[in-house]
Amino acid sequence: MASSPSSEQNTSDQNHDPKRPSDHFDSEVPDASEVTQPRLGFVGYLRFFWRQLTSMRTALFLLLLVAFAAVPGSLVPQVTSDPNGVIQYKAENPGWSKVLDFLGVFNTYSSVWFSAIYILLFISLVGCIIPRTMHHVAALRSQPPKTPARLDRLPGFLQTEPVALDAEDIDEGIVAARHVLRDARYRTRMFDDSASAERGYLRETGNLVFHIALVGILIAVGIGGGFIWTGQKVVPVGQSFANTLSDYDSISPGRWFDADALSPYRLTLTKFVAKYDESNSTDFGDPTDYTAYVRTQVPGEKPKNQTIKVNSPLEIGGTQIYLLSNGFAPIVTVRNPAGKVVYSAPVPFLPQDTSLTSEGVIKIPDGLAKEVGIIGLFYPTECGDGTCGAAPHSVDPRQINPVLTMQIFTGNLGLNSGKPVNAYSLNTDKLKQLDGRGTGKAGISLTPGKTAKLPNGLGTIEFTKAIHYAGLDIHHDPTQYWVLTFAVLVFLGLLTGLFIPRRRVWIKAVRRGGKVHYEYAGLARGEDPRLDDAVAEIARRHSQLLGLTIRP
Amino acid sequence: MIEVHEVVTQASLVQNSLVAIYSAMFVYALAFIFFTYDLARRMSDAKQVAAPPAEALVASTSARPRAGGTAVLDRAAALGVPDVPGIPEDTVKPKRSISGRLGMIFTVMAWILHVSGTVLRGVAAGRVPWANMFEFTLTATAIIIGVFLVMQFWQDLRFLGAYITGFVLVALGVATTNFYVDVVPLPPALQSYWLVIHVFVASLGTGFYGLGAALSIIQLVQARREAKGLSGIRGVPTAQRLETLAYRLIVVGFVFWTFTLIAGSIWAEHAWGRYWGWDTKEVWTFIVWVIFAGYIHARATRGWRGSRSGTLAIIGFAAVVFNFTIVNIYFHGLHSYSGL
Ligand code: HEM
Repeated sequence: MASSPSSEQNTSDQNHDPKRPSDHFDSEVPDASEVTQPRLGFVGYLRFFWRQLTSMRTALFLLLLVAFAAVPGSLVPQVTSDPNGVIQYKAENPGWSKVLDFLGVFNTYSSVWFSAIYILLFISLVGCIIPRTMHHVAALRSQPPKTPARLDRLPGFLQTEPVALDAEDIDEGIVAARHVLRDARYRTRMFDDSASAERGYLRETGNLVFHIALVGILIAVGIGGGFIWTGQKVVPVGQSFANTLSDYDSISPGRWFDADALSPYRLTLTKFVAKYDESNSTDFGDPTDYTAYVRTQVPGEKPKNQTIKVNSPLEIGGTQIYLLSNGFAPIVTVRNPAGKVVYSAPVPFLPQDTSLTSEGVIKIPDGLAKEVGIIGLFYPTECGDGTCGAAPHSVDPRQINPVLTMQIFTGNLGLNSGKPVNAYSLNTDKLKQLDGRGTGKAGISLTPGKTAKLPNGLGTIEFTKAIHYAGLDIHHDPTQYWVLTFAVLVFLGLLTGLFIPRRRVWIKAVRRGGKVHYEYAGLARGEDPRLDDAVAEIARRHSQLLGLTIRP
Repeated sequence: MIEVHEVVTQASLVQNSLVAIYSAMFVYALAFIFFTYDLARRMSDAKQVAAPPAEALVASTSARPRAGGTAVLDRAAALGVPDVPGIPEDTVKPKRSISGRLGMIFTVMAWILHVSGTVLRGVAAGRVPWANMFEFTLTATAIIIGVFLVMQFWQDLRFLGAYITGFVLVALGVATTNFYVDVVPLPPALQSYWLVIHVFVASLGTGFYGLGAALSIIQLVQARREAKGLSGIRGVPTAQRLETLAYRLIVVGFVFWTFTLIAGSIWAEHAWGRYWGWDTKEVWTFIVWVIFAGYIHARATRGWRGSRSGTLAIIGFAAVVFNFTIVNIYFHGLHSYSGL
């Protein structure tokens, strides 16, 4: 017999099994003598610590810890995804917020403790996959292990009816075995009276690709964070946006943002179309489509007409442009008492409800006798017939009966203080209100094309009409395709790592009492529901080839 | 005129869809009753087995024709047990239980109604029937039952029938009373083929996880009985076999879930301009993913097979349900598609 009479079942084979941490289910239970080592030197401690960190149990613990640590960030608003929510939350729970702030819960996913957990997890992961990868690369080039001495205790065991065969027949039988196994895409190793075969190395490859790609995602996201920048720009219909730093309303640059690297394209919003549901009585007026028609101009190229929709961003100059919001911008013209225009522009208003009742602020620091601030409300369809109650509001997001109402304030607008101010809000604490609610004087209310006098002889204000604006988000993320690539690798690795069976199959000629029969058995490395069927299929083919019958 | 006509047919389609769903619920309820009855019988059989087996065997076989055995006989008759209690399944081939079979037949009937109702809803809306919580519940529960029925070809899972039909019945009840919304056009953010892919695969994942968790629950029950030296529930595989079945389903669920995460990120990138933003819904989908990654690891970690990993599977599915109900309704985020 050529196959070595090694340990009885020979199931666990250090060189051929995929490498696993010592506390893996398939690993041998370590000797007690190994566990209670007498004394550990410094290196010994380090090694012990490293082994602990890269054990299955630690990986499991850290995984569950990540899941657990992610919970608080979903219960409390996050600065990154919901900044206004954070402000509101802090106002409502001042005391408790201090504790949460201290713990970094408003920034859970970049907090020290959350980062510590996932960094530990990934160190563990790297420590786990490096030795496994080296082992697997060696295994890919190695031969299947020796045939176990006895097959009858292994899964899927089958045997043929014994027949009288001579040595030459047996040789032929083993060659046939190799043939059958190779056909079934097994890597096969021949012995005198047996063939040993293994398949499914891809299972381990897939598993490693999966884990390595996870590291890839982490690195790509980490590096990407430095290069990503996102900017916002509100563009009323007819106006343009140039991709230069000064033209953004706001921008949040990554660490390595370089303003000079912005590609100098230009974009003009030529038309904006909002469609609303007009058929359905229950949800009348719900938006069904927003389309921004833009004309883009990249230097050196012909201008192009393109569209931006909610689910289809525009790619231009290394950036993506998303349509994230829209609304109305009333065009307002202010003249001084002499009739000279001191302000004339569309003013983007923020929608307050689904019927697009919108609020906005107009600031006129120069040109009039005093600094003037105006809080305006725009109603695309003001419910003007008195059937909707006293407070004016809009009943339709389309402009059917547009009305602009205003309250006028004077005083220091704070625009010269050097501090950044929000264009959409007016701090009225130190301003003097001249008309509107609480002053006893009626506020100004205008329909398109109409002009009204400002109080105290400050001048006049004209409401020409309201036009649409598009709220654009401009992103640059050079690493997102890397992240996508790694994510696809994660998925493919997962499929192969889970569903390709790694199995060994043996075919062996056994002499007993002058006769010979063939035995078949297999062994699964990892989950393998179809092992028995696979062995049976091989046995069927092989026995058929030799004209033998399988013993039932 | 044409528009009026359209509105009318849409309304009647919606109406028919609802009728189908209500009928399905009624038939599921019947299935649930039969399955529960079947399960109760299996449990009580198992209790009998717990008595010293030799004695039970003698008692029941000898009692059969005689008056002395009335206690046993009456009990058997009352429960509609055709075979003799007390004989382990291995010794006597179990007779097919009528209640279990009825449960199965009713489940198939209910499922056909359920699927018809869901499809009608899609036709009425002129799009896929999983764009809000009501529709998603219809689709995901139809998938749970579908997987349950298909699994029967490999493994008799009737012992899960009570749990599965019960769960689906409750889910449909909550959906029709609390989640119901009329058919409305999709808001611009949902108008994307990613809605078709991402949400459907999420429901597939939910279906497989749900069935896997169900098996894990029974696994824990079986394991406790086995640990106490009791025999298992009749007709139910061993705890180890249940664990293997649960694992196979959950692994498939995990693949779907991984896909859901990736597809969701791509969609988020298209719609919101970033692929990941730790929005509450994203966080919980991530948490679920990590829990099940933990489950897969637990199954490979010495000392964590068996009831421990089974518990993780149940926690994981609880997180799925939490993600779908509480997070959708009470947590603020960009994913406000519940339609409520
Ligand atoms: C980022 C965290 C991790 C995640 C999300 C993760 C996820 C997974 C998944 C889904 C599988 C099954 C898929 C497959 O076999 O291809 C798996 C298998 C495995 N993982 Fe991880 N893993 C992580 C970290 C680790 C770490 C730190 C270790 C090392 C201690 C590790 C060791 C293993 C091993 C040995 C297997 C194979 C299990 C088997 O034999 O069936 N993983 N992991």
